[in-house]
Amino acid sequence: MSLSPTTPALPQNSPPPLDETELVERARSGDAAAFTELVNRYQRKIYRLAKHITQNDEDAEDVLQEAFLKAYEHLDTFQGHSKFYTWIVRIAVNEALMRLRKRRTDRTVPLDEPIDTGEETVAREIAVWEDNPEQRYSREEMHEILDQAIEGLKPDFRTVFALRDIEELSTEETAETLGISIPAVKSRLLRARLALREKLTRQFRRKGEDVLANL
Amino acid sequence: MLTCKQFLQELNDYLDPNTDAEMKRRLETHVTQCPNCFVIVDTTQKTLQIYKGVEPQSVPEDVKTRLLKAIERKMAARKQPAQG
Repeated sequence: MSLSPTTPALPQNSPPPLDETELVERARSGDAAAFTELVNRYQRKIYRLAKHITQNDEDAEDVLQEAFLKAYEHLDTFQGHSKFYTWIVRIAVNEALMRLRKRRTDRTVPLDEPIDTGEETVAREIAVWEDNPEQRYSREEMHEILDQAIEGLKPDFRTVFALRDIEELSTEETAETLGISIPAVKSRLLRARLALREKLTRQFRRKGEDVLANL
Repeated sequence: MLTCKQFLQELNDYLDPNTDAEMKRRLETHVTQCPNCFVIVDTTQKTLQIYKGVEPQSVPEDVKTRLLKAIERKMAARKQPAQG
């Protein structure tokens, strides 16, 4: 693959948006700024993913650092068959799961005791939601509600949910990343979705009306 | 007709745009006749929309600074291989 020709100088306020493939190519050929741009582009998502899995700020920071350092170190081995983002997600997930297992083994924190494991595909809370709950809460409040809901899930469930429904990996990519079967991904995803739906229903249900009145 | 329990087990397929038409039709029949499952589908879809729609929060400044410094150190180490 060849590098694109040198682009002419552009006005300072409109830097050319490089696509991921080109940034990776440049980073592989030693362009430090290109790698830093990849870091800037994805650090928020990787940090969020790490927090969702580990539920621990210190571990999430370690995961963030290790994921990008390993990506930099092994950039030569990145084949380019998959997206760089999917690749760094895989590295981050491995790091996060390793830390999660370590903490659980160390017993330095209480073992995760989910309130609701969603072991069965049942739906206990059935209620219509208030309109546009996103607009009724500040961004911070919404983050807190959503994060708390995920926090209550078992690690297996929240990891699959984070990969499939937040980071938007495919079922196959999720299975490969976690080293589990496709049916296992589907089953965990279903349980996670139902459990989260239930938790959010407790938060967002329309108050003071017959729950099914407006159907 | 499917029971609610059977429907819930197939909920992922119902929400998946790639599910084949025949399966979708069977599931749709249940939803149109079952108010409870209709609400479950609706609120599950809203759950997914909300999670997908929320932008990730910024990485705290100190965390970001430590990350960039760690990467700079790694880059510097690569440029200057250890003397043998």
